[in-house]
Amino acid sequence: MAEHTLNAEGLNCPLPILKAKKMLKGMASGDILKISATDPGSAADFAAFCTHTGNELLNSATEGDLYKFEIKRS
Amino acid sequence: MLDADLENTKSMSIIVTKGSLDWAYPPFILATTAAAMDIETTMFFTFYGLPLLKKKLDLKMTTLGNPAMEMPMAGMHMKMPNMVSMIPGVDRAATTMMKNLMAKKGVASIEDLREAAVESDVRMIACQMTLDLFEYDKKDMIEGIELGGAATYMEVAAKSHINLFI
Repeated sequence: MAEHTLNAEGLNCPLPILKAKKMLKGMASGDILKISATDPGSAADFAAFCTHTGNELLNSATEGDLYKFEIKRS
Repeated sequence: MLDADLENTKSMSIIVTKGSLDWAYPPFILATTAAAMDIETTMFFTFYGLPLLKKKLDLKMTTLGNPAMEMPMAGMHMKMPNMVSMIPGVDRAATTMMKNLMAKKGVASIEDLREAAVESDVRMIACQMTLDLFEYDKKDMIEGIELGGAATYMEVAAKSHINLFI
């Protein structure tokens, strides 16, 4: 299982989602995508994105001003 | 594809009728996000929305007729009274101010969102009647668009789960 990272800091809606989708597309099933973002809306958005697309949101956490996510590619 | 994925596959159409800088955002944000969420998306560009398909975009906005417009400035909000729009240069200044604010806040440009929409296979239909009415040339529009009329849109809308008019 490969691990990929996406730095979406400083990007506003909908860019973190669009960039995450682009990366997920190129990943193999079961691969993990680690994302860091600064958009406060991204917490709700990545949860909704994962619910709809069937990718698994393994972790969603806030570290100071950073929002961190771990998504497992379906 | 899993059965669950198939059940989740949905479709959306958006009628895009406005071509100012501010009003160009909702359709492109929703279309690109929908496509990212595996929702099959069609955009139908008509009337003042049609110029959003031109190769070279130079989007502008006006303070006119928008009493809700307040621009953040020095920790406060500056109201934009209708009347100031009459002063030459005010709309251009408002446009520049908005573009700068968007860049500072990490908001994508319409050009970028449109490119993302094309890349993610969002279907774009240019209204043939508007093209004729305003004497636009398809050659001036971006590649990959289709021409169609109300019936073309209705055929898409009739089988879409979500239909928006913006």
